[in-house]
Amino acid sequence: MTHLEVANFAETWGLLFLFGMFVTAIVYALWPANNETFSEAANRPLDDE
Amino acid sequence: MTNLSPPPTVNSLAKGLTSLSLGIGVLMALFIIAKTSSAPMAFHGYIMILAFALGIFAVIKFGNPDNGRIAAEKSPAGVFYNDGVIKAGAIAAVFWGVIGFLVGDIIAWQLAFPALNFDLEWTNFGRLRPLHTSAVVFAFGGNVLIATSFYVVQRTSKARLAGEIAPWFVFWGYQLFIVLAATGYVLGITQGKEYAEPEWYVDIWLTIVWVAYLLVFLITLRRRQEPHIFVANWFYLAFIATVAVLHLVNNMSIPISFVEPKSYSLFAGVQGALTQWWYGHNAVGFFLTAGFLGIMYYFVPKRAERPIYSYRLSIIHFWSLIFLYIWAGPHHLHYTALPDWAQTLGMTFSIILWMPSWGGMINGLMTLSGAWDKLRTDPVLKMMVVSLAFYGMSTFEGPLMSIKAVNGLSHYTDWTVGHVHSGALGWVAYISFGALYCLFPWLWKRKGLYSLKLVNMHFWISTIGIVLYICSMWVSGIMEGLMWRSYDALGFLEYSFVETVAAKFIPNIIRAVGGLMFVIGSLIMAYNLWRTVRGEGDAVPETSETPEISETAPKTVPAE
Amino acid sequence: MSLEKKPKKKMSFSHAIFEKNPIILLVGILITVSIGGLVEIAPLFYLENTIEKVKGMRPYTPLELAGRNVYIREGCYNCHSQMIRSTRDEVERYGHYSLAAESMYDHPFQWGSKRTGPDLARVGNKYSDEWHREHMNDPRAVVPESIMPGYPFLAKADLDFNLISYDLKANQMVGVPYSEAQITYAIEDLKAQLDEDSDDYDAFMERYPTAQVRDFDGNPNKISELDALIAYMQMLGTLVDFSIYNAKENNR
Repeated sequence: MTHLEVANFAETWGLLFLFGMFVTAIVYALWPANNETFSEAANRPLDDE
Repeated sequence: MTNLSPPPTVNSLAKGLTSLSLGIGVLMALFIIAKTSSAPMAFHGYIMILAFALGIFAVIKFGNPDNGRIAAEKSPAGVFYNDGVIKAGAIAAVFWGVIGFLVGDIIAWQLAFPALNFDLEWTNFGRLRPLHTSAVVFAFGGNVLIATSFYVVQRTSKARLAGEIAPWFVFWGYQLFIVLAATGYVLGITQGKEYAEPEWYVDIWLTIVWVAYLLVFLITLRRRQEPHIFVANWFYLAFIATVAVLHLVNNMSIPISFVEPKSYSLFAGVQGALTQWWYGHNAVGFFLTAGFLGIMYYFVPKRAERPIYSYRLSIIHFWSLIFLYIWAGPHHLHYTALPDWAQTLGMTFSIILWMPSWGGMINGLMTLSGAWDKLRTDPVLKMMVVSLAFYGMSTFEGPLMSIKAVNGLSHYTDWTVGHVHSGALGWVAYISFGALYCLFPWLWKRKGLYSLKLVNMHFWISTIGIVLYICSMWVSGIMEGLMWRSYDALGFLEYSFVETVAAKFIPNIIRAVGGLMFVIGSLIMAYNLWRTVRGEGDAVPETSETPEISETAPKTVPAE
Repeated sequence: MSLEKKPKKKMSFSHAIFEKNPIILLVGILITVSIGGLVEIAPLFYLENTIEKVKGMRPYTPLELAGRNVYIREGCYNCHSQMIRSTRDEVERYGHYSLAAESMYDHPFQWGSKRTGPDLARVGNKYSDEWHREHMNDPRAVVPESIMPGYPFLAKADLDFNLISYDLKANQMVGVPYSEAQITYAIEDLKAQLDEDSDDYDAFMERYPTAQVRDFDGNPNKISELDALIAYMQMLGTLVDFSIYNAKENNR
């Protein structure tokens, strides 16, 4: 595996992967079903002893 | 309530293996002392032997009086939190913070009055400056991160830290790293790479400690009682994991011999520069930003007694930050021999980075919505809010300075120094102070701090100090940048270099005064926290409602 | 305590795996940060313009290398850059902008990030040895407004060069093209560079044809750290002859 191949891979599939992951993260963050988890988590510092 | 975690005991196999490993460490140090031609390295060998021997002693005694049982108090939720190591980390953070700020101020005075270098090897600016940067970033910042991450991961996971020896190994191993690095600089052992000065053997030691840290953190997360991993832990995990990668790649080098301190970096020239600034910038991104955002996402809501404003935003903040930060390094190398495409790439991502940074700031600030009145009565909260304001300011200034045209003026000047300090003093140190002011009363079970008045005094004296620092560096940085490129009517360079040095005399003094105020502020904090530990003033001890014995830290916890 | 009230929720969404499994979260983070680094750094190792050879570049002589190590040890990079940017004022103040090739043997690079003092990329042969000696001993004796620390101890300290061949060997391992002869005779070469009349002079000049040979610290009875440091500084930026350097050919 040469540096060229590594870089090519990173610049194509890698970027695609990053983009996909980023979109996934946003969709996940905005997914309505996650409401409850998030509001529980947002309150977690207040109930943690 | 069921008993969520069993009372902590220390495994005798773990004790044996740890002692054995430390014993091997002693032998290796002896070997180095016997063979090396370098007096500073022999000195380091003695430090290692001392540290490992004390370690063996402490490990053998650990949990001994009570059949391996470790004294710990059960929390209301039924968890035996490991707070001893956090106490040690909090004390160490204050200790190294004061030292690091003090050394910083000394070298600031050296820039105004060069006689203060005393013309000695051990006291010249070139050796003390790495001591200052490492002391504040790694010693102060690192201990704050270790202490707070151990606190947050336990509380938000409702689980005791993984391992009994391991967290203590992380703490003391990290202190050994600091001592070896710091004494090394003063004695002339350095790799000559900014923020990565420790030589190969100290780097290897840090790697061992860091892997232990990662494992303790991961295993604690796995033991959590909550289905969802709290977002602060995401930031801490990104900090720990990415710093490991950065550290390993950037410090790859070949030592001239296994008993000599000197090594040669695997990378040279352009490759070395880009690797170094990929490291350097992401050390800022993941050590000084991601880790401290972890602090923000726990301590701000906790102190304000409000939930996180938008948990969704915090998730988007997290992924966009780690996605973007890693690309921004080349903005440190504009107009250099680095290829243009890399410079442009670095600039573009640096500018985009502005958005998630401000997303995070807004999220932190809005967490206070409905609790703004607390700012009037709680100076600790005030400190955290101001830290967010400085975070916003320096993450705006940073992208601005990454624009090639601006960077052409600002690079190599004091402007950069001012920018770094607005982030380091305003954001990193202030959010850390806020966290420390919270942690001390919580850990030592006090009703409050010794004196909120002193916190207020600390806040104002150091805020004025920061403002003096930043403003004087803006003035001197922009001035020298303009003077360097100024032409006279005949088309010749108008100023010799040394004229630009002389022109900075007054700003240098103002900066040093600002730094001094910051040091004084930190001393006030240290005093206040010490009185808090002693339970004086408003810091009356909470009356223990549970009959359990109050926690006595293990014998291995002498304060600094 | 909230353990019981947690409803068993269907995690219909795949990303939920990140928030539930710390190992997978860790792997996600590592992949994300690795790709950026790879895209940025990997190309530099094969792109021709970053590893172009420029006529005149040679590895450091043992004495220069020892001097460079003194430079690194004293933390000179904290205040001095060695990277002239391609802007008009810098080129007029310091000389031709720095080429990538000029730091190709620098392990590590010393470009620096701050100019509390002037750039040193082309300081070689700008000042006399005498000037450097006085300047190192007491900077303000030469430049009254200077804020540089004094380094009087360098002239008094014996240079420790017993292991200098190890240094060359390690450099060879990280890619600097030192020959076996250069490594074997490193100590002889180090001494020969300080004395034109030494027996090893001819052999030294054959191994390092463009090296400057003289007693740099003005004290022939002692091989001091100052000897090494001045030898290093006097060669900085002098290897490439810009009167014959064709920038178009080496366009970056």
